[in-house]
Amino acid sequence: MRRRPTVVGACTVLVLAGCAQGTNPPAPSAPSGADNPFSATTELTGTLDVMGFGAGDEIATVRMERTKEALGDVQVNLVEGDLDIQQFLSAVAAGDPPELIYANRDQIGTFASRGAIIPLTQCIEGEGIAVDDFVPAAVDQVTFAGELYGIPEFNSIQVTMANADLLADAGLEIADVNGSDRAALDEATQALHQRDGGDLSVIGYDPKLPEFLPLWAHAGGADLISADGRTAQLDDPAVVAALEWAVGLYDAQGGFPVVKAVRDSADFFGSGNQFASSTLGAMPMEQWYVNVLNDVSPDAPMAFDAVRAADGEPVAFASGSAWAIPAGSDNPAAACRWARVMTEVDSWVAAAEERKGLRTEEGKTFTGVLTGNAVADEAVRALVEPSGSEVWDSAVEAMYAANDAAFSLPANPADAEFESAWQDAVNAVLNGQAEPAEALAGAQEVAQETLDDAWAAWDADAES
Amino acid sequence: MPTGTTDRRTTTRPALRRARRRDARAALLFLSPWLLGFAIFTAWPVLYSGYLSLTDYDVLNDPSFVGLDNYRELFEDPKVTLALRNTFFYVAVQVPLYVLVSLALALLLNTASRRSAGFFRTVFYLPNMTPPVAVGVLLLLVFNGQNGLINELLGAIGIDGPAWTTDPDWVKPAIILTSLWSTGSSVIILFAALRNVPQELYDAARVDGANAWQRLVRITVPMISPALFFVFVVNTIAAFQTFTEAYTAFFGSGNTTYSNDAALFYAIYLFQQAFEFLNMGYASAMAWVLFVIIMVITAIQLLVSRRLVYLEGDQ
Repeated sequence: MRRRPTVVGACTVLVLAGCAQGTNPPAPSAPSGADNPFSATTELTGTLDVMGFGAGDEIATVRMERTKEALGDVQVNLVEGDLDIQQFLSAVAAGDPPELIYANRDQIGTFASRGAIIPLTQCIEGEGIAVDDFVPAAVDQVTFAGELYGIPEFNSIQVTMANADLLADAGLEIADVNGSDRAALDEATQALHQRDGGDLSVIGYDPKLPEFLPLWAHAGGADLISADGRTAQLDDPAVVAALEWAVGLYDAQGGFPVVKAVRDSADFFGSGNQFASSTLGAMPMEQWYVNVLNDVSPDAPMAFDAVRAADGEPVAFASGSAWAIPAGSDNPAAACRWARVMTEVDSWVAAAEERKGLRTEEGKTFTGVLTGNAVADEAVRALVEPSGSEVWDSAVEAMYAANDAAFSLPANPADAEFESAWQDAVNAVLNGQAEPAEALAGAQEVAQETLDDAWAAWDADAES
Repeated sequence: MPTGTTDRRTTTRPALRRARRRDARAALLFLSPWLLGFAIFTAWPVLYSGYLSLTDYDVLNDPSFVGLDNYRELFEDPKVTLALRNTFFYVAVQVPLYVLVSLALALLLNTASRRSAGFFRTVFYLPNMTPPVAVGVLLLLVFNGQNGLINELLGAIGIDGPAWTTDPDWVKPAIILTSLWSTGSSVIILFAALRNVPQELYDAARVDGANAWQRLVRITVPMISPALFFVFVVNTIAAFQTFTEAYTAFFGSGNTTYSNDAALFYAIYLFQQAFEFLNMGYASAMAWVLFVIIMVITAIQLLVSRRLVYLEGDQ
């Protein structure tokens, strides 16, 4: 009796539709010049509604305080919580968008192609934002049709995390599970996983499908989409091989359903997490989880390394956030100033110092912050001191090594549909409903058709 | 010779009409907030969605007319077929099971004393207070194939439980069983109907030698058939729109990338098209197709009900 999503959903669609005024993609911004409305020295006034950003920790609050100072008399209002796409797009359609949004970087292509956000060429030049300082993978993710539509911040990358005791018991080392030798990882998975009766009790290695397929494909020499974001490459032999290999790791342990059931039963954020309880041999995981483990189970027998390709070099799939200015923003100058100050080196360093101080007070290790700004990363890294534990120091080393080697998938006008196409294919394989090559061939067709349609619409708008 | 009757007729009819008009105006005045709300928030969006279903529309840019393309595409979309198959399976299994469980609980409640019935009524209704999102999370925990409560219980009697949340063959059964968590409101409706069955019918049946099963089938079920029919129809409509629990468990934030085709219900795919892919025209077409399906099924149910539902006063 309580399930009325279609009615609610459809009515929302309909209400949105009823309110929609319709906007068209803005013309690309003109080259900067004397009439550039953005300037680092302009005194700013008015209000700044920021959607999608929450001042949840010291990294946010310290930077925000500095930014508010730089904004002078501007009244800042935060619409906290993750960016609500429906809320944002309907606000744009109704002609009343927030002045600034904080979005996932993989949403930027979709927003840009629909004219929901504006290119930041003038903003960057006017405020003097040092784009070259940013991590290239992060910049690539917010670059659409040759123009920057977002100012990136934070970089999320993967690190190999392993249970050192389980490795030692199996006569293995972290190098056997860092991905550099897939055959060795096959054997390590066999050696690490354990059964209790017929049930899987210890996961040997979890390649974290479907989300990390881009990582394994890249490590094997292929990306899921071309650098210009126009061509899907899901049926590339290297992508198929990566999926076959990763699924094989699950099959060796009884299949994905079994591994996922064990994965889901873990107390992921608690002191009884899968490493502390020795129910997981190894997995790639985003670097923020190092802090979680250090907080809740500092004595867990851990070993860390970057994820590595066959040549032994680190590899990491980057994701993160970005500031973007909506089309129709009433105060783009303030929005641009906010984006600049929040992401500049001094702000990051001030925030990192604050975090370091707090963690020192708590007797915990400061493990650094990946900012999305390469210069800031170096400055923050200089604040990281040896913890006295080789294990946690190796985690920090692995994190920065991965950050330096990060890659991303380029922005495209059908981000969500493209992602859905390859993830559906991987899920079909994981659920035993399709073979890797067959599933990826189908996904390739769907993804390419979607990309073609979306780019055709963009190209037509650009021409007109 | 003038008569008083004629005079009364000529004088009362206009007065009556005036009174009726006055009453009608008053009624409309009192109804107007609802009528206005219905027109603005239901009728207009529904009609406009009919237009949108004939367009390509992404919220931001003006809708462009594409005729019946969305409907054509919809019937060729394998995910629509998959979603419809999943949804029909869910409706076919969940609705009868839901009604049967509700009836069983209502009958159980009906055997309780007046004082304890109040307590158990509250207990049976309490699960309905759980937010559907929490029920979705509960599904993942209770039905976890490794250490979920259900498999622990099955294990205690020597049954090796399946991977409910990851094995495509067991995902829908898990969702269906979870939906029984919220039978409370139907139990209350059926319980109220049971209380209205005249006791003398049971007494007469007992005198005639009818056993409990015969009394249930020949007296209870026919006498509460209007309530049963209401529960059946309303739950059928709700089942066609099932969304929250399945979305939370298999497509929501807990599973940002892992999804399961077995849990792709029609409303979930509609939501994805509308709010993830921004294909509002396509989603509107999907909504209209679902509307037609529900309307046809409900019409069939109404037709069948004429033969099966007992209404007091009927011949």
